[in-house]
Amino acid sequence: MLYEVIIDGKTFRLELNRADSRWSCVLDGRDVEVDALLARPDVLSLRIGNRVYEVKSEPAANEWQLWVGSTRFTAEVRDPRSWRGRSRAEDEHGPKKVSAPMPGKILRLLVREGDDVALGAGIAVVEAMKMQNEIKSPKKGVVRKISVTAGSTVNPGDVLAVVE
Amino acid sequence: MFKKILIANRGEIAVRISRACREMGITAVAVYSDVDRASLHVRKADEAYPIGPAAAAESYLNIARILDVARRSGADAIHPGYGFLSENAKFARACAAAGVKFIGPTAAAMDAMGSKTKARQAMEKAGVPFVPGTSQGVESLEQAEGVAAKIGYPLMLKAAAGGGGKGMRLVRDPAELKRALEAARSEAQRSFGDGEVYIEKAIVNPRHIEMQVLADEHGHTLYLGERECSLQRRHQKVLEEAPSPFVDRDMRRRMGEVAVRVAQAANYTNAGTVEFLVDPEKNFYFLEMNTRLQVEHPVTELITGLDLVQLQIRIAAGEPLPFTQNEVQIRGHAMECRIYAEDPDNNYFPSPGRITLLLPPSGPGIRQDSGMYEGWEVPIDYDPLLAKLIGYGADRGQVIARLARALDEYFVGGIKSNLSLFRRILRDEEFRAARLDTGFLDRMQNRAKDETAHADMAEAAAIAAGVFALLGAPKPNMASERGTGDGPGHGSGISTWKNAGRREALR
Repeated sequence: MLYEVIIDGKTFRLELNRADSRWSCVLDGRDVEVDALLARPDVLSLRIGNRVYEVKSEPAANEWQLWVGSTRFTAEVRDPRSWRGRSRAEDEHGPKKVSAPMPGKILRLLVREGDDVALGAGIAVVEAMKMQNEIKSPKKGVVRKISVTAGSTVNPGDVLAVVE
Repeated sequence: MFKKILIANRGEIAVRISRACREMGITAVAVYSDVDRASLHVRKADEAYPIGPAAAAESYLNIARILDVARRSGADAIHPGYGFLSENAKFARACAAAGVKFIGPTAAAMDAMGSKTKARQAMEKAGVPFVPGTSQGVESLEQAEGVAAKIGYPLMLKAAAGGGGKGMRLVRDPAELKRALEAARSEAQRSFGDGEVYIEKAIVNPRHIEMQVLADEHGHTLYLGERECSLQRRHQKVLEEAPSPFVDRDMRRRMGEVAVRVAQAANYTNAGTVEFLVDPEKNFYFLEMNTRLQVEHPVTELITGLDLVQLQIRIAAGEPLPFTQNEVQIRGHAMECRIYAEDPDNNYFPSPGRITLLLPPSGPGIRQDSGMYEGWEVPIDYDPLLAKLIGYGADRGQVIARLARALDEYFVGGIKSNLSLFRRILRDEEFRAARLDTGFLDRMQNRAKDETAHADMAEAAAIAAGVFALLGAPKPNMASERGTGDGPGHGSGISTWKNAGRREALR
């Protein structure tokens, strides 16, 4: 299998094959001696040469995280044959969604639709675990839409507002 | 001895008390709110009773419901843990009226410590040292200048009715006094409807050291040594250790004797903690007394070899303390990390949710008091304390090494936790040199983070990503259905990866 792997924004070209329990691995054109064992579905014991790594897989709200020991990496795997998922359009330009980072209750909204907001300006206050947390604007712009009301309950990833 | 104890609490401390009951052959009765049926403290109890909705006011703080369970279950004592009703004199009175023993001090002792002015008067009589200052509000600038000249700068203006930092001003020199006094007064007036302000000597970046006391119901009061609690964030303790690296044998004895006087002045019984502020010259000043078992009690247990919860139960049952002050020996060093469901990389946002993967540490010198388990959903309704990781060793260096090792074994997946914060603290040079005070965490977080992720780790991650994809595991129970796909540029990654895994599986 040929993969394009993106680790913390850095792209690797990975060719990985398995025959019985033997692995063959070519990383960015280099042969790498690899031996992998799943200790459980989300915990991988990886040997590269004789060096042992314990890798934990953790699907988070909007991304996939891999922990090598206690170091966290954001991971993305693409199968280049499918040529999919290349759209990385909207970052600095265009609308940006403000989403809830945790489940909780909307205590109050700090802006109204049409308001100008600065980067880092408070959008809403969410209460969870007895703590009040201000959700901040990811960019400077105008509040295009507010999708929640004070008092409503939100789940992680729920869109609270859109800033453009 | 009691036959049955109702534990009026939840989470790790309820589990801790349940364990003490089991060890003593006492039946442990749990109570739980609607969102806590699956909580560990219910699983670990002998009996469990629902007490109402998630909101604490309607369950864990509902005196009538809890006493009703005590009656129905036939419990002869109630352990309140910490937080919730543990320092509520009304609850202690209600227990006494219902004929159930409250495991803690008497309501009268709680009252004596609850009111700051009453406590201060009683303590002054007992010769307890306070931070120098005025015990009444200052009337005028002239009076303030007079007091300031006497106690010296820097000083602190504090609202008499205050709390939470409102109406507080640090004054570094005489030129600032006038403006600071006006500002503190008007802020106090606005916040509390009372503009009264008093003056205290400012102890800049003090240490926060507390002394554990135990008093039986036969007039014996002992101290069990101090705990260093200077590592705080927004007045919340983060990491505690015992003994304090700052306290020598003589200072421990002096602090201990003052703590015993404090307890005796209030006719205190059972376990309690006397908190002190300590300045760089090792002067210590009485801050307050906590009339309950503390979160950080395990560090004292490890260095004294005593079981504080069992002792609390024995004292409440009327037994005399089974040892004397001279028999209390401090041995080794212990340290506790409070593991919270919060994200230290994102402004300490709370992070409730399902724990998908839990790899707890073990090995020499490691104790865990935990309220979580894999598969459990951390509710949003309560304090985010998940567990306490406690290390013990011959000396401070060994404890730090053991905890650092244990933290590398520890993994909590599915939710964010502050494990990485502790990894950083334990590596910090200033921490290792024991230069601790309440400003430590801010200083540490202002230092550049050492984020030299080694290149070989990133390569291992890349290869691991491929292996996971090839094996099609784990099935990511992704939030993609409800997800917004607007993560920091990774939105489309998972489903592509999932598809790759599926294609592979079909081959």
